[in-house]
Amino acid sequence: MNNSSVAQLVKGLRERQYSSVEVTRSYLDRIAAMDVHYNSYISVDEAAAIAAAEAADKRLAAGDAPPLTGVPIAHKDIFCTDGMRTSCGSRMLDNFVPPYDATVIQRFKADGAVVLGKTNMDEFAMGSSNESSFYGPARNPWNTELVPGGSSGGSAAAVAGWLAPAATGTDTGGSIRQPAAFCGITGLKPTYGRVSRLGIVAFASSLDQAGPMAHSAEDCALLLNTMAGHDPRDSTSSNAATEDYSSRLGDDLDGLRIGLPREYFSDGLDAATRQCVDYALQELESQGAILVDVSLPHSALTVPTYYIIAPAEASTNLSRFDGVRYGYRCDDPVDLHDLYTRTRGEGFGEEVKRRILVGTYALSAGYYDAYYKKAQQVRRLIKQDFMNCFDSVDIIAGPTTPGPAFALGTKSNDPIAMYLEDVYTLAVNLAGLPGISVPAGFVEDKPVGLQLIGRHFHEAQLLNVAHRFQQATDWHLRSPDFATGEQH
Amino acid sequence: MKIEQNEIEKIAELARIRISDSEIGQVTSRITEILQMVDALQAVDTRDIEPMANPLDATQHLRPDKVTESNRRDAFQAIAPSVENGLYLVPKVIE
Repeated sequence: MNNSSVAQLVKGLRERQYSSVEVTRSYLDRIAAMDVHYNSYISVDEAAAIAAAEAADKRLAAGDAPPLTGVPIAHKDIFCTDGMRTSCGSRMLDNFVPPYDATVIQRFKADGAVVLGKTNMDEFAMGSSNESSFYGPARNPWNTELVPGGSSGGSAAAVAGWLAPAATGTDTGGSIRQPAAFCGITGLKPTYGRVSRLGIVAFASSLDQAGPMAHSAEDCALLLNTMAGHDPRDSTSSNAATEDYSSRLGDDLDGLRIGLPREYFSDGLDAATRQCVDYALQELESQGAILVDVSLPHSALTVPTYYIIAPAEASTNLSRFDGVRYGYRCDDPVDLHDLYTRTRGEGFGEEVKRRILVGTYALSAGYYDAYYKKAQQVRRLIKQDFMNCFDSVDIIAGPTTPGPAFALGTKSNDPIAMYLEDVYTLAVNLAGLPGISVPAGFVEDKPVGLQLIGRHFHEAQLLNVAHRFQQATDWHLRSPDFATGEQH
Repeated sequence: MKIEQNEIEKIAELARIRISDSEIGQVTSRITEILQMVDALQAVDTRDIEPMANPLDATQHLRPDKVTESNRRDAFQAIAPSVENGLYLVPKVIE
Protein backbone atom coordinates (compact mmCIF):
# COMPACT_ATOMS: atom_id res chain seq x y z
CA MET A 1 0.00 0.00 0.00
CA ASN A 2 3.03 2.29 0.31
CA ASN A 3 3.83 3.95 -3.01
CA SER A 4 0.37 2.98 -4.31
CA SER A 5 -1.57 5.24 -6.63
CA VAL A 6 -4.94 6.63 -5.55
CA ALA A 7 -6.60 4.26 -8.03
CA GLN A 8 -4.81 1.30 -6.42
CA LEU A 9 -5.72 2.47 -2.92
CA VAL A 10 -9.39 2.82 -3.87
CA LYS A 11 -9.33 -0.77 -5.12
CA GLY A 12 -7.23 -2.17 -2.25
CA LEU A 13 -9.47 -0.55 0.37
CA ARG A 14 -12.62 -1.85 -1.29
CA GLU A 15 -11.20 -5.36 -1.55
CA ARG A 16 -10.19 -5.13 2.14
CA GLN A 17 -6.52 -5.84 1.32
CA TYR A 18 -5.80 -3.26 4.02
CA SER A 19 -7.79 -0.83 6.13
CA SER A 20 -7.87 2.94 5.92
CA VAL A 21 -6.37 3.05 9.41
CA GLU A 22 -3.40 1.00 8.16
CA VAL A 23 -2.91 3.20 5.10
CA THR A 24 -3.30 6.43 7.05
CA ARG A 25 -1.01 5.19 9.83
CA SER A 26 1.71 4.28 7.33
CA TYR A 27 1.59 7.78 5.81
CA LEU A 28 1.62 9.44 9.23
CA ASP A 29 4.64 7.35 10.20
CA ARG A 30 6.42 8.30 7.00
CA ILE A 31 5.66 11.98 7.57
CA ALA A 32 7.03 11.73 11.11
CA ALA A 33 10.19 10.05 9.86
CA MET A 34 10.85 11.95 6.63
CA ASP A 35 9.33 15.41 6.74
CA VAL A 36 12.25 16.74 8.72
CA HIS A 37 14.01 16.63 5.31
CA TYR A 38 11.22 18.08 3.12
CA ASN A 39 9.29 20.43 5.44
CA SER A 40 6.31 19.71 3.20
CA TYR A 41 3.67 19.90 5.95
CA ILE A 42 2.72 22.83 8.17
CA SER A 43 0.15 20.93 10.28
CA VAL A 44 -0.63 17.26 10.81
CA ASP A 45 -3.41 16.21 13.19
CA GLU A 46 -2.74 12.50 13.73
CA ALA A 47 -5.70 11.87 16.03
CA ALA A 48 -8.18 13.50 13.63
CA ALA A 49 -6.72 11.61 10.67
CA ILE A 50 -6.97 8.26 12.46
CA ALA A 51 -10.53 9.03 13.63
CA ALA A 52 -11.52 9.83 10.02
CA ALA A 53 -9.84 6.61 8.86
CA GLU A 54 -11.76 4.58 11.46
CA ALA A 55 -15.03 6.13 10.27
CA ALA A 56 -14.03 5.31 6.68
CA ASP A 57 -13.36 1.67 7.61
CA LYS A 58 -16.86 1.44 9.10
CA ARG A 59 -18.37 2.76 5.88
CA LEU A 60 -16.32 0.31 3.83
CA ALA A 61 -17.49 -2.54 6.07
CA ALA A 62 -21.10 -1.40 5.76
CA GLY A 63 -20.86 -1.27 1.98
CA ASP A 64 -21.90 2.38 2.08
CA ALA A 65 -18.73 3.89 0.71
CA PRO A 66 -18.44 6.83 -1.70
CA PRO A 67 -15.57 6.91 -4.24
CA LEU A 68 -12.55 8.04 -2.16
CA THR A 69 -13.52 6.37 1.12
CA GLY A 70 -10.48 5.85 3.30
CA VAL A 71 -7.93 7.47 0.95
CA PRO A 72 -5.69 9.94 2.82
CA ILE A 73 -5.19 13.22 0.97
CA ALA A 74 -3.05 16.25 1.90
CA HIS A 75 -4.41 19.76 1.42
CA LYS A 76 -2.55 22.97 0.75
CA ASP A 77 -2.75 25.13 3.87
CA ILE A 78 -4.89 27.64 1.96
CA PHE A 79 -8.09 25.55 2.24
CA CYS A 80 -10.06 26.32 5.39
CA THR A 81 -10.43 23.21 7.56
CA ASP A 82 -12.98 23.24 10.37
CA GLY A 83 -11.14 23.08 13.70
CA MET A 84 -7.69 22.73 12.11
CA ARG A 85 -5.26 25.63 11.70
CA THR A 86 -5.19 27.22 8.23
CA SER A 87 -2.11 29.46 8.09
CA CYS A 88 -1.79 30.21 4.36
CA GLY A 89 1.96 30.13 5.05
CA SER A 90 1.73 33.44 6.92
CA ARG A 91 2.41 34.80 10.37
CA MET A 92 -0.85 36.69 9.86
CA LEU A 93 -2.83 33.43 10.08
CA ASP A 94 -0.46 31.43 12.30
CA ASN A 95 -3.19 31.26 14.98
CA PHE A 96 -6.21 31.01 12.65
CA VAL A 97 -8.46 27.98 13.23
CA PRO A 98 -11.42 28.29 10.85
CA PRO A 99 -14.89 27.43 12.13
CA TYR A 100 -15.87 25.93 8.74
CA ASP A 101 -14.61 23.78 5.87
CA ALA A 102 -13.85 25.06 2.38
CA THR A 103 -16.25 23.56 -0.17
CA VAL A 104 -13.36 21.51 -1.58
CA ILE A 105 -12.70 20.02 1.87
CA GLN A 106 -16.43 19.37 2.40
CA ARG A 107 -16.57 17.54 -0.92
CA PHE A 108 -13.54 15.36 -0.08
CA LYS A 109 -15.04 14.54 3.32
CA ALA A 110 -18.40 13.72 1.73
CA ASP A 111 -16.61 11.36 -0.68
CA GLY A 112 -14.92 9.60 2.23
CA ALA A 113 -11.34 10.92 1.95
CA VAL A 114 -9.19 11.36 5.07
CA VAL A 115 -7.52 14.74 5.72
CA LEU A 116 -3.87 13.70 6.12
CA GLY A 117 -2.50 17.17 6.86
CA LYS A 118 -1.99 20.73 5.63
CA THR A 119 0.91 21.41 3.31
CA ASN A 120 3.52 24.14 3.15
CA MET A 121 3.20 26.98 0.66
CA ASP A 122 4.50 30.40 -0.26
CA GLU A 123 2.91 33.04 1.96
CA PHE A 124 -0.60 33.77 0.67
CA ALA A 125 0.36 31.72 -2.43
CA MET A 126 2.68 34.50 -3.59
CA GLY A 127 5.86 32.91 -4.85
CA SER A 128 7.36 30.30 -7.15
CA SER A 129 9.81 28.58 -4.81
CA ASN A 130 8.06 28.10 -1.42
CA GLU A 131 10.76 30.30 0.11
CA SER A 132 8.29 32.99 1.21
CA SER A 133 6.59 30.62 3.69
CA PHE A 134 6.55 31.81 7.30
CA TYR A 135 7.35 28.18 8.22
CA GLY A 136 10.53 27.98 6.16
CA PRO A 137 10.84 26.57 2.66
CA ALA A 138 9.65 23.11 1.66
CA ARG A 139 12.39 21.20 -0.16
CA ASN A 140 12.47 19.18 -3.34
CA PRO A 141 12.58 15.42 -2.61
CA TRP A 142 14.71 14.86 -5.74
CA ASN A 143 17.43 16.99 -4.18
CA THR A 144 16.83 18.85 -0.95
CA GLU A 145 19.16 21.67 -2.03
CA LEU A 146 16.58 22.52 -4.71
CA VAL A 147 13.30 24.38 -4.32
CA PRO A 148 10.12 22.34 -4.88
CA GLY A 149 8.57 25.26 -6.77
CA GLY A 150 5.61 27.24 -5.57
CA SER A 151 3.32 28.27 -4.40
CA SER A 152 1.89 24.72 -3.88
CA GLY A 153 5.42 23.48 -3.16
CA GLY A 154 4.55 21.55 -0.01
CA SER A 155 1.83 19.60 -1.82
CA ALA A 156 4.22 18.77 -4.68
CA ALA A 157 7.03 17.75 -2.32
CA ALA A 158 4.68 15.63 -0.18
CA VAL A 159 3.40 13.72 -3.23
CA ALA A 160 6.85 13.35 -4.85
CA GLY A 161 8.36 12.16 -1.56
CA TRP A 162 5.48 9.71 -0.94
CA LEU A 163 4.33 11.55 2.15
CA ALA A 164 0.84 11.64 0.61
CA PRO A 165 -0.71 9.62 -2.22
CA ALA A 166 -2.18 12.86 -3.63
CA ALA A 167 -2.78 16.45 -2.63
CA THR A 168 -4.72 19.56 -3.49
CA GLY A 169 -3.20 22.81 -4.66
CA THR A 170 -4.25 26.18 -5.96
CA ASP A 171 -2.99 27.92 -9.07
CA THR A 172 -3.20 31.68 -9.62
CA GLY A 173 -0.30 31.97 -12.10
CA GLY A 174 1.24 28.51 -12.21
CA SER A 175 1.20 27.45 -8.56
CA ILE A 176 0.02 23.88 -9.27
CA ARG A 177 1.80 23.28 -12.60
CA GLN A 178 5.24 24.75 -11.82
CA PRO A 179 5.83 22.79 -8.57
CA ALA A 180 4.38 19.66 -10.24
CA ALA A 181 7.00 20.08 -12.98
CA PHE A 182 9.83 20.72 -10.49
CA CYS A 183 8.92 17.66 -8.38
CA GLY A 184 8.12 15.22 -11.20
CA ILE A 185 4.40 14.81 -10.52
CA THR A 186 1.16 15.52 -12.40
CA GLY A 187 -0.78 18.70 -11.57
CA LEU A 188 -3.97 20.05 -13.11
CA LYS A 189 -5.28 23.60 -12.99
CA PRO A 190 -8.94 23.38 -14.02
CA THR A 191 -10.89 26.03 -15.93
CA TYR A 192 -11.61 29.18 -13.91
CA GLY A 193 -14.83 28.52 -11.97
CA ARG A 194 -14.75 24.72 -12.35
CA VAL A 195 -13.83 24.18 -8.66
CA SER A 196 -15.39 26.26 -5.87
CA ARG A 197 -13.24 28.99 -4.31
CA LEU A 198 -15.36 29.17 -1.15
CA GLY A 199 -13.13 28.76 1.90
CA ILE A 200 -9.90 29.16 -0.06
CA VAL A 201 -7.97 32.15 1.30
CA ALA A 202 -8.32 34.58 -1.60
CA PHE A 203 -5.27 35.91 -3.48
CA ALA A 204 -6.45 37.14 -6.92
CA SER A 205 -10.13 36.33 -7.28
CA SER A 206 -10.33 36.46 -11.09
CA LEU A 207 -7.36 34.05 -11.42
CA ASP A 208 -7.46 31.66 -8.42
CA GLN A 209 -8.42 28.06 -9.08
CA ALA A 210 -7.94 24.84 -7.09
CA GLY A 211 -6.90 21.53 -8.59
CA PRO A 212 -5.44 18.06 -7.97
CA MET A 213 -1.75 17.08 -7.68
CA ALA A 214 -0.89 13.38 -7.89
CA HIS A 215 1.44 10.87 -9.52
CA SER A 216 -0.68 10.34 -12.62
CA ALA A 217 -3.40 11.79 -14.79
CA GLU A 218 -5.57 8.84 -13.78
CA ASP A 219 -5.31 9.90 -10.11
CA CYS A 220 -5.88 13.58 -10.94
CA ALA A 221 -9.09 12.55 -12.69
CA LEU A 222 -10.30 10.72 -9.57
CA LEU A 223 -9.64 13.80 -7.43
CA LEU A 224 -11.22 16.18 -9.94
CA ASN A 225 -14.38 14.04 -9.92
CA THR A 226 -14.71 14.98 -6.25
CA MET A 227 -13.57 18.61 -6.54
CA ALA A 228 -15.43 19.86 -9.62
CA GLY A 229 -18.94 21.21 -9.63
CA HIS A 230 -21.11 24.23 -9.12
CA ASP A 231 -21.19 25.81 -5.66
CA PRO A 232 -24.07 28.17 -4.99
CA ARG A 233 -21.95 29.79 -2.26
CA ASP A 234 -19.24 30.91 -4.75
CA SER A 235 -20.74 33.49 -7.08
CA THR A 236 -17.97 32.91 -9.67
CA SER A 237 -18.42 29.13 -9.66
CA SER A 238 -19.50 27.80 -13.06
CA ASN A 239 -22.73 25.88 -13.50
CA ALA A 240 -21.50 24.23 -16.68
CA ALA A 241 -22.09 20.48 -16.48
CA THR A 242 -19.32 18.30 -15.06
CA GLU A 243 -18.50 14.86 -16.44
CA ASP A 244 -16.82 11.68 -15.26
CA TYR A 245 -13.22 12.77 -15.75
CA SER A 246 -12.03 9.16 -15.67
CA SER A 247 -14.28 7.97 -18.48
CA ARG A 248 -12.28 9.20 -21.47
CA LEU A 249 -8.75 8.53 -20.23
CA GLY A 250 -8.18 5.72 -22.73
CA ASP A 251 -9.47 7.47 -25.87
CA ASP A 252 -6.97 7.27 -28.72
CA LEU A 253 -5.14 10.36 -29.95
CA ASP A 254 -5.58 9.71 -33.64
CA GLY A 255 -5.93 13.00 -35.47
CA LEU A 256 -5.64 15.14 -32.31
CA ARG A 257 -4.26 18.51 -33.35
CA ILE A 258 -1.63 19.86 -30.93
CA GLY A 259 -0.56 23.49 -31.32
CA LEU A 260 3.04 24.41 -30.45
CA PRO A 261 3.25 28.15 -29.75
CA ARG A 262 6.56 29.32 -31.15
CA GLU A 263 6.82 31.89 -28.34
CA TYR A 264 7.07 28.98 -25.84
CA PHE A 265 10.07 27.47 -27.63
CA SER A 266 12.18 30.62 -27.96
CA ASP A 267 15.42 31.92 -26.48
CA GLY A 268 14.40 31.84 -22.81
CA LEU A 269 13.93 28.05 -22.82
CA ASP A 270 16.75 25.87 -21.45
CA ALA A 271 18.08 23.63 -24.27
CA ALA A 272 18.01 20.37 -22.29
CA THR A 273 14.47 21.10 -21.05
CA ARG A 274 13.43 21.74 -24.63
CA GLN A 275 14.86 18.37 -25.64
CA CYS A 276 12.68 16.58 -23.06
CA VAL A 277 9.62 18.44 -24.33
CA ASP A 278 10.51 17.63 -27.95
CA TYR A 279 10.78 13.90 -27.14
CA ALA A 280 7.44 14.03 -25.34
CA LEU A 281 5.82 15.65 -28.36
CA GLN A 282 7.31 12.96 -30.62
CA GLU A 283 5.68 10.34 -28.40
CA LEU A 284 2.28 12.01 -28.83
CA GLU A 285 2.91 12.26 -32.58
CA SER A 286 3.70 8.54 -32.71
CA GLN A 287 0.25 7.90 -31.20
CA GLY A 288 -1.41 9.73 -34.08
CA ALA A 289 -1.44 13.35 -32.91
CA ILE A 290 -0.65 16.06 -35.43
CA LEU A 291 1.80 18.79 -34.36
CA VAL A 292 0.92 22.25 -35.66
CA ASP A 293 2.97 25.45 -35.43
CA VAL A 294 0.91 28.24 -33.82
CA SER A 295 1.53 31.67 -32.35
CA LEU A 296 0.47 33.48 -29.16
CA PRO A 297 1.68 36.93 -30.23
CA HIS A 298 1.00 38.71 -26.94
CA SER A 299 3.05 36.24 -24.86
CA ALA A 300 5.69 38.83 -23.98
CA LEU A 301 2.99 40.86 -22.23
CA THR A 302 1.74 38.14 -19.88
CA VAL A 303 4.23 38.85 -17.07
CA PRO A 304 3.51 42.63 -16.98
CA THR A 305 -0.26 42.04 -17.28
CA TYR A 306 -0.27 39.48 -14.51
CA TYR A 307 1.84 41.66 -12.22
CA ILE A 308 -0.77 44.40 -12.39
CA ILE A 309 -3.92 42.29 -12.13
CA ALA A 310 -2.78 39.82 -9.44
CA PRO A 311 -1.34 42.45 -7.05
CA ALA A 312 -4.35 44.75 -7.60
CA GLU A 313 -6.78 41.99 -6.65
CA ALA A 314 -4.50 40.88 -3.79
CA SER A 315 -4.35 44.37 -2.32
CA THR A 316 -8.15 44.38 -2.21
CA ASN A 317 -8.52 40.84 -0.84
CA LEU A 318 -5.83 41.21 1.80
CA SER A 319 -7.36 44.41 3.17
CA ARG A 320 -9.50 42.09 5.33
CA PHE A 321 -6.54 41.34 7.60
CA ASP A 322 -7.00 44.11 10.13
CA GLY A 323 -6.16 42.54 13.49
CA VAL A 324 -9.76 42.89 14.67
CA ARG A 325 -11.74 39.81 13.67
CA TYR A 326 -9.21 36.96 13.41
CA GLY A 327 -5.53 36.30 12.84
CA TYR A 328 -2.50 38.21 14.05
CA ARG A 329 -2.81 41.38 16.13
CA CYS A 330 0.17 43.54 17.15
CA ASP A 331 0.94 44.04 20.85
CA ASP A 332 -0.32 47.12 22.71
CA PRO A 333 -1.71 49.27 19.88
CA VAL A 334 -1.95 52.94 20.93
CA ASP A 335 -4.84 53.74 18.55
CA LEU A 336 -6.80 52.20 15.69
CA HIS A 337 -4.37 53.45 13.04
CA ASP A 338 -1.45 51.95 14.94
CA LEU A 339 -3.38 48.69 15.29
CA TYR A 340 -3.93 48.43 11.51
CA THR A 341 -0.50 49.52 10.30
CA ARG A 342 1.57 47.57 12.81
CA THR A 343 -0.58 44.42 12.58
CA ARG A 344 -0.15 44.44 8.79
CA GLY A 345 3.50 45.56 8.88
CA GLU A 346 4.41 42.75 11.31
CA GLY A 347 1.96 40.07 10.12
CA PHE A 348 2.78 40.11 6.39
CA GLY A 349 6.12 39.02 4.91
CA GLU A 350 8.22 40.96 2.44
CA GLU A 351 6.81 39.62 -0.86
CA VAL A 352 3.20 39.96 0.30
CA LYS A 353 3.77 43.58 1.37
CA ARG A 354 5.47 44.29 -1.95
CA ARG A 355 2.50 42.98 -3.91
CA ILE A 356 -0.03 44.83 -1.77
CA LEU A 357 1.88 48.06 -2.38
CA VAL A 358 2.15 47.48 -6.14
CA GLY A 359 -1.57 46.69 -6.24
CA THR A 360 -2.50 49.70 -4.15
CA TYR A 361 -0.42 51.88 -6.48
CA ALA A 362 -2.06 50.42 -9.61
CA LEU A 363 -5.54 51.03 -8.20
CA SER A 364 -4.90 54.47 -6.72
CA ALA A 365 -6.50 57.67 -8.00
CA GLY A 366 -4.84 58.90 -11.18
CA TYR A 367 -3.22 55.55 -12.02
CA TYR A 368 -6.21 53.22 -12.37
CA ASP A 369 -6.70 53.73 -16.13
CA ALA A 370 -2.98 53.56 -16.92
CA TYR A 371 -2.43 50.34 -14.98
CA TYR A 372 -5.43 48.26 -13.98
CA LYS A 373 -7.74 49.10 -16.87
CA LYS A 374 -4.86 48.82 -19.34
CA ALA A 375 -3.92 45.40 -17.96
CA GLN A 376 -7.53 44.22 -18.23
CA GLN A 377 -7.57 45.27 -21.88
CA VAL A 378 -4.30 43.45 -22.64
CA ARG A 379 -5.70 40.47 -20.75
CA ARG A 380 -8.46 40.26 -23.36
CA LEU A 381 -5.86 40.31 -26.16
CA ILE A 382 -3.98 37.45 -24.44
CA LYS A 383 -7.16 35.39 -24.16
CA GLN A 384 -8.03 36.16 -27.79
CA ASP A 385 -4.64 34.72 -28.88
CA PHE A 386 -5.63 31.37 -27.35
CA MET A 387 -9.13 31.48 -28.85
CA ASN A 388 -7.60 32.10 -32.28
CA CYS A 389 -5.32 29.06 -31.84
CA PHE A 390 -8.23 26.86 -30.77
CA ASP A 391 -9.87 27.56 -34.14
CA SER A 392 -7.26 25.29 -35.69
CA VAL A 393 -5.97 23.01 -32.87
CA ASP A 394 -7.52 20.93 -30.06
CA ILE A 395 -4.89 21.50 -27.40
CA ILE A 396 -1.71 23.54 -26.98
CA ALA A 397 1.56 22.05 -25.71
CA GLY A 398 4.91 23.34 -24.51
CA PRO A 399 7.21 23.40 -21.50
CA THR A 400 5.73 24.11 -18.06
CA THR A 401 8.80 26.09 -16.96
CA PRO A 402 11.86 27.64 -18.68
CA GLY A 403 14.15 25.17 -16.88
CA PRO A 404 14.26 22.61 -14.06
CA ALA A 405 14.21 23.37 -10.31
CA PHE A 406 16.81 25.86 -9.09
CA ALA A 407 18.76 25.91 -5.83
CA LEU A 408 17.31 27.49 -2.72
CA GLY A 409 18.40 31.07 -2.28
CA THR A 410 19.31 31.72 -5.93
CA LYS A 411 16.30 33.88 -6.81
CA SER A 412 14.82 34.86 -3.46
CA ASN A 413 16.46 38.30 -3.55
CA ASP A 414 15.41 39.10 -7.11
CA PRO A 415 11.61 39.36 -7.41
CA ILE A 416 11.62 39.90 -11.16
CA ALA A 417 13.79 36.80 -11.82
CA MET A 418 11.31 34.86 -9.65
CA TYR A 419 8.33 36.26 -11.59
CA LEU A 420 9.87 35.07 -14.88
CA GLU A 421 9.75 31.46 -13.60
CA ASP A 422 6.05 31.54 -14.45
CA VAL A 423 6.43 32.91 -17.97
CA TYR A 424 4.73 29.86 -19.60
CA THR A 425 2.01 29.37 -17.01
CA LEU A 426 0.60 32.86 -16.30
CA ALA A 427 -1.31 33.25 -19.56
CA VAL A 428 -3.42 30.16 -18.84
CA ASN A 429 -4.80 31.87 -15.71
CA LEU A 430 -5.30 35.19 -17.47
CA ALA A 431 -7.35 33.36 -20.12
CA GLY A 432 -9.14 31.13 -17.55
CA LEU A 433 -8.12 27.93 -19.40
CA PRO A 434 -7.35 24.49 -17.96
CA GLY A 435 -3.68 23.40 -17.98
CA ILE A 436 -1.84 20.31 -16.81
CA SER A 437 1.83 19.58 -16.16
CA VAL A 438 3.01 16.04 -16.87
CA PRO A 439 6.44 14.54 -16.03
CA ALA A 440 8.45 14.42 -19.29
CA GLY A 441 12.01 13.48 -18.37
CA PHE A 442 14.99 14.74 -16.44
CA VAL A 443 17.77 17.26 -16.83
CA GLU A 444 20.73 16.30 -14.62
CA ASP A 445 18.41 14.26 -12.34
CA LYS A 446 15.95 17.16 -12.07
CA PRO A 447 12.39 16.55 -13.32
CA VAL A 448 10.97 18.43 -16.33
CA GLY A 449 7.29 19.09 -17.04
CA LEU A 450 5.32 19.06 -20.28
CA GLN A 451 2.43 21.52 -20.17
CA LEU A 452 -0.83 20.84 -22.01
CA ILE A 453 -3.44 23.60 -22.32
CA GLY A 454 -7.05 22.94 -23.31
CA ARG A 455 -10.20 24.78 -24.27
CA HIS A 456 -12.41 26.02 -21.44
CA PHE A 457 -13.99 23.06 -19.59
CA HIS A 458 -12.04 20.48 -21.61
CA GLU A 459 -10.31 18.98 -18.57
CA ALA A 460 -11.28 15.45 -19.65
CA GLN A 461 -9.41 15.90 -22.91
CA LEU A 462 -6.25 17.11 -21.16
CA LEU A 463 -6.42 14.16 -18.77
CA ASN A 464 -6.93 11.82 -21.74
CA VAL A 465 -3.81 13.09 -23.54
CA ALA A 466 -1.77 13.05 -20.32
CA HIS A 467 -2.94 9.50 -19.53
CA ARG A 468 -2.10 8.20 -22.99
CA PHE A 469 1.35 9.75 -22.66
CA GLN A 470 1.77 8.08 -19.26
CA GLN A 471 0.70 4.71 -20.69
CA ALA A 472 3.68 4.92 -23.05
CA THR A 473 6.28 6.48 -20.73
CA ASP A 474 7.43 5.86 -17.16
CA TRP A 475 8.62 9.33 -16.10
CA HIS A 476 5.66 9.66 -13.73
CA LEU A 477 6.55 6.34 -12.06
CA ARG A 478 10.06 7.40 -11.11
CA SER A 479 10.65 8.25 -7.45
CA PRO A 480 13.57 9.89 -5.74
CA ASP A 481 15.77 7.27 -4.03
CA PHE A 482 15.17 8.96 -0.70
CA ALA A 483 11.45 8.28 -0.88
CA THR A 484 11.67 4.62 -1.80
CA GLY A 485 14.05 4.12 1.09
CA GLU A 486 16.77 2.62 -1.10
CA GLN A 487 19.39 4.83 0.49
CA HIS A 488 18.46 3.71 3.98
CA MET B 1 9.63 55.74 -14.54
CA LYS B 2 11.11 56.81 -11.25
CA ILE B 3 9.06 56.49 -8.07
CA GLU B 4 9.99 58.83 -5.23
CA GLN B 5 10.29 57.43 -1.73
CA ASN B 6 7.58 59.74 -0.43
CA GLU B 7 5.19 58.30 -3.00
CA ILE B 8 5.79 54.79 -1.62
CA GLU B 9 5.26 56.16 1.88
CA LYS B 10 1.91 57.55 0.73
CA ILE B 11 0.91 54.19 -0.82
CA ALA B 12 1.97 52.31 2.32
CA GLU B 13 -0.23 54.65 4.33
CA LEU B 14 -3.18 53.97 1.99
CA ALA B 15 -2.55 50.21 2.36
CA ARG B 16 -2.21 50.59 6.17
CA ILE B 17 1.19 48.89 6.24
CA ARG B 18 3.90 50.22 8.55
CA ILE B 19 7.29 50.19 6.85
CA SER B 20 10.29 51.02 8.98
CA ASP B 21 12.74 53.78 8.03
CA SER B 22 15.44 51.16 7.54
CA GLU B 23 13.32 49.23 4.99
CA ILE B 24 11.76 52.04 2.97
CA GLY B 25 14.71 52.61 0.63
CA GLN B 26 14.89 48.95 -0.40
CA VAL B 27 11.09 48.69 -0.76
CA THR B 28 11.08 51.78 -3.00
CA SER B 29 13.76 50.44 -5.32
CA ARG B 30 12.11 46.99 -5.63
CA ILE B 31 8.72 48.50 -6.42
CA THR B 32 10.34 50.84 -8.93
CA GLU B 33 11.80 47.79 -10.72
CA ILE B 34 8.39 46.12 -10.85
CA LEU B 35 6.64 49.25 -12.13
CA GLN B 36 9.33 49.64 -14.80
CA MET B 37 8.73 46.03 -15.86
CA VAL B 38 4.96 46.51 -16.17
CA ASP B 39 5.46 49.73 -18.16
CA ALA B 40 5.73 47.52 -21.28
CA LEU B 41 1.91 47.62 -21.32
CA GLN B 42 1.86 51.33 -22.12
CA ALA B 43 3.12 50.65 -25.67
CA VAL B 44 0.18 48.37 -26.53
CA ASP B 45 -2.63 49.80 -28.64
CA THR B 46 -5.80 48.97 -26.71
CA ARG B 47 -8.23 51.35 -28.37
CA ASP B 48 -11.74 49.86 -28.49
CA ILE B 49 -10.67 46.81 -26.42
CA GLU B 50 -13.20 46.09 -23.68
CA PRO B 51 -11.44 45.52 -20.29
CA MET B 52 -11.79 41.88 -19.18
CA ALA B 53 -12.63 41.38 -15.49
CA ASN B 54 -13.64 37.72 -15.71
CA PRO B 55 -11.88 35.28 -18.05
CA LEU B 56 -15.19 33.71 -19.07
CA ASP B 57 -16.90 37.12 -19.29
CA ALA B 58 -19.35 35.64 -16.80
CA THR B 59 -21.75 37.79 -14.84
CA GLN B 60 -22.72 37.26 -11.22
CA HIS B 61 -25.25 34.54 -10.49
CA LEU B 62 -28.33 35.88 -8.75
CA ARG B 63 -30.25 33.99 -6.07
CA PRO B 64 -33.39 34.64 -4.07
CA ASP B 65 -32.80 37.03 -1.17
CA LYS B 66 -33.33 34.39 1.51
CA VAL B 67 -31.36 33.59 4.66
CA THR B 68 -29.50 30.32 4.09
CA GLU B 69 -26.86 30.43 6.85
CA SER B 70 -27.35 30.14 10.57
CA ASN B 71 -26.04 32.77 12.98
CA ARG B 72 -22.62 31.60 14.23
CA ARG B 73 -21.50 34.69 16.05
CA ASP B 74 -20.05 32.76 19.00
CA ALA B 75 -17.91 30.55 16.75
CA PHE B 76 -16.58 33.56 14.87
CA GLN B 77 -15.94 35.60 18.01
CA ALA B 78 -14.09 32.69 19.61
CA ILE B 79 -11.22 33.20 17.12
CA ALA B 80 -11.04 37.01 17.43
CA PRO B 81 -8.07 38.66 19.18
CA SER B 82 -10.22 40.63 21.61
CA VAL B 83 -13.98 40.53 22.28
CA GLU B 84 -16.31 41.46 25.10
CA ASN B 85 -20.06 40.90 25.45
CA GLY B 86 -20.35 39.91 21.80
CA LEU B 87 -18.45 42.96 20.57
CA TYR B 88 -15.06 43.19 18.87
CA LEU B 89 -12.68 45.39 20.86
CA VAL B 90 -10.40 47.99 19.27
CA PRO B 91 -8.42 50.87 20.80
CA LYS B 92 -10.56 53.86 21.77
CA VAL B 93 -11.66 55.79 18.66
CA ILE B 94 -13.73 58.60 20.21
CA GLU B 95 -12.56 60.58 23.26
